[in-house]
Amino acid sequence: MLNTNLKHITSEADFKQVIESNEKVMVCCGRMGPMCLPVYDIMEDLEEKYESVVFYDMAFDSPDAHVIRNHPKSAGFMGLPFTYYFKNGEAVEATSSIQSKKQVKELLDKHFA
Amino acid sequence: MNKITDTYDVIVLGGGPAGLTAGIYLGRAKLKTLIINEGSIGGQMVLTHAIANYPGAKVDISGRDLSLDMKAQAKTFGCKIESNVEVTSMDLSGELKQIEIDDDEVFAAKAVIVATGGTPRSMGVPGETKFKGSGVSYCATCDGDFFEGKEIIVVGGGNSALEEAVSLTQYASKVTVIHQFDHFQATEHAVKIARENEKIAFIMESEIQAVLGDQTLTGVELMNMKTNQRSIVSTDGIFVFIGYVANTVALPGSLALNSRNEIVTDAAMMTNLDGVFAAGDVREKRYRQITTAVSDGTIAALSAIDFIQS
Ligand SMILES: Cc1cc2nc3c(=O)[nH]c(=O)nc-3n(C[C@H](O)[C@H](O)[C@H](O)COP(=O)(O)OP(=O)(O)OC[C@H]3O[C@@H](n4cnc5c(N)ncnc54)[C@H](O)[C@@H]3O)c2cc1C
Repeated sequence: MLNTNLKHITSEADFKQVIESNEKVMVCCGRMGPMCLPVYDIMEDLEEKYESVVFYDMAFDSPDAHVIRNHPKSAGFMGLPFTYYFKNGEAVEATSSIQSKKQVKELLDKHFA
Repeated sequence: MNKITDTYDVIVLGGGPAGLTAGIYLGRAKLKTLIINEGSIGGQMVLTHAIANYPGAKVDISGRDLSLDMKAQAKTFGCKIESNVEVTSMDLSGELKQIEIDDDEVFAAKAVIVATGGTPRSMGVPGETKFKGSGVSYCATCDGDFFEGKEIIVVGGGNSALEEAVSLTQYASKVTVIHQFDHFQATEHAVKIARENEKIAFIMESEIQAVLGDQTLTGVELMNMKTNQRSIVSTDGIFVFIGYVANTVALPGSLALNSRNEIVTDAAMMTNLDGVFAAGDVREKRYRQITTAVSDGTIAALSAIDFIQS
């Protein structure tokens, strides 16, 4: 489990339940590394502002994180973290590597406004 | 700029070790202090997995833990912190300096300490941004394992480049170091270790002109700096370690910078603008370390306290 203040997805079942029972979900799948930590921080900051979105992290090295690692949208990704935006259970956007708060907000506004 | 939301004694721009230290001193002096930080708290410290040379901290403390400790210390003394925000406008002239964040709130203060640090330098060539996160990386420890059994390029000739080239050989089948000069800036020891590694090849006096590939990164276009001859080198990935640039782009043009765009200060960390101080990697100096940033932050805070009380 990652050492963040976000809610954690810890298994494949958990993942399915989260994306199917919430309309708007952002999941950051990474490690406790320098490219991932800023994205977790940004998500923690935005949790209050985007009340209708649920924010989760998932440990990249957990076996069940294959749901993100092997997701079709992860094809070609070679930089942590893999960050996903799900709407009604469907992945509507995914990014690879570090993102700024501005980039994250743009995607949240684009897909979840 | 919008209307002033709140007024402080001092605003510190930047929440790396320089800014956080300034915050600790200002808070202890009972000055109303705000730290505005564009990135994650800790700045470049967060990029460091283990810090072995910060006196008094547990050996190999992670950069994140040291950052969180400094942040907690600053908050204990009453310092307010706005993190992960964007500075959208600023006016550092006049007696009351104003800083706007997120095109929304405007904070004013009698003094400002600029501690905005540095950012990894990018190559600035076509294709680099397109493949960021899908072939171009700035962090070996983060992304190295995506290149298991692949051939990669490391760009740079300093300690970071050569040390990371060696560390990347645990994943990559071949690492080619590309450097623009005929000699390295790294220490002899780092050069020796890299040269002794059979998986590492070197292309000297050459610069990448473009990152190539359609859907996936396939190679780079190189130019030999001596002959101007161009060539294509195939690769699966590129790791860039070519130093840092001072974060001064967003600062007002009236602030005196040197030819490398670093802020010029005197020994009291005073800039050419009245009531504006600078601390840490953003200012002109030779050694850039956490200890030197912390020292600058201390001096800048004490100078700002003097300025406000005089
Ligand atoms: C990979 C790596 C490893 C290192 N290892 C070590 C080590 O082991 N030991 C050591 O002593 N040093 C190490 N260093 C160097 C050390 O981290 C830096 O010298 C130090 O962090 C500089 O501190 P600073 O506060 O001046 O700036 P930074 O740490 O760069 O912090 C500046 C902060 O300001 C923010 N900012 C930027 N622009 C603005 C703006 N316009 N408005 C508001 N905020 C802004 C940034 O987002 C950042 O959070 C390392 C550096 C790197 C990159």
